[in-house]
Amino acid sequence: MKVFEKPKALTDAPFHYCPGCTHGIIHRLVAEAIDELGIEGKTIGVAPVGCAVMAYNYFACDMIEAAHGRAPAVATGVKRSCPDNIVFTYQGDGDLASIGMAETVHSAARNENITVIFVNNAIYGMTGGQMAPTSLPGQVTQTSPYGRDVNHCGYPVKVCEMLAQLEGPEYLERVAVNNVANIRKAGKAIKKAFENQINKKGFSLIEVVSTCPTNWGMKPTDALKWLDENMLPYYPLGVYKDRSKEEK
Amino acid sequence: MAKLTFETDLCKGCGLCVNACPKNLLVLSKDKINLKGHSPVEITDEAACIGCASCAIMCPDCIITVER
Repeated sequence: MKVFEKPKALTDAPFHYCPGCTHGIIHRLVAEAIDELGIEGKTIGVAPVGCAVMAYNYFACDMIEAAHGRAPAVATGVKRSCPDNIVFTYQGDGDLASIGMAETVHSAARNENITVIFVNNAIYGMTGGQMAPTSLPGQVTQTSPYGRDVNHCGYPVKVCEMLAQLEGPEYLERVAVNNVANIRKAGKAIKKAFENQINKKGFSLIEVVSTCPTNWGMKPTDALKWLDENMLPYYPLGVYKDRSKEEK
Repeated sequence: MAKLTFETDLCKGCGLCVNACPKNLLVLSKDKINLKGHSPVEITDEAACIGCASCAIMCPDCIITVER
């Protein structure tokens, strides 16, 4: 009996991601949720700009490519014109937390019935490792070679905490993919985000704390350790908003 | 008995599965190179595998299939 195989909602195309990049794990978790809920035929994904720009090659469902940061706006349009379809966006931190911040905040405030998968690896990956809005204080990147100076560049944006202040969103959770236990939790959170949409509850955002071994300049295994020791204290895991629990 | 199948040519040799194995059965090959030019993962003692699928859950490229 097969206890683990590649989910059917992923195509046979090999991922172009760097060795050890956790995008592949997150793609698989999304595909597993689609498989388990049996919604591949009616799911429409919106790909971002960033490393995951070619996500449309990897998901077997219908995909649209959005302009940089505009995935929640495109998803809003798709969901409103095809309310019976399941719409998700898959975005990185440079896409969602920087240029696309306005779209993210407003789609959350409107409680748009979409699912947002937000991959936070604290750096711009595709463009070569520049400082992102989510880079940690003191973090060395291409554009902060002496470490991020908070007096000059300000503090990183904590997206889940920020959106939790709004009345709108239904479900906000931060998960990580640094070990097997956390990956299982991340899978459950992503599945719940899709279930919320099927049950017409509204905006769900899952922030996945992730690695970028290439631009952090580490071996993939060291990158997981760095995530554990540096990112998780600044970005604590947990559920930040769950309206279904608040109502009870 | 558990059986692991690797799609060796898609392995990027990142070593995340090697770290995840609770029995320390996986190694990166010392004498093989795959189509992508990486040293692919190998299992040292298939009989000792407990089929927990930790390696497959950790693998970013979905190259491991686990049967039990």
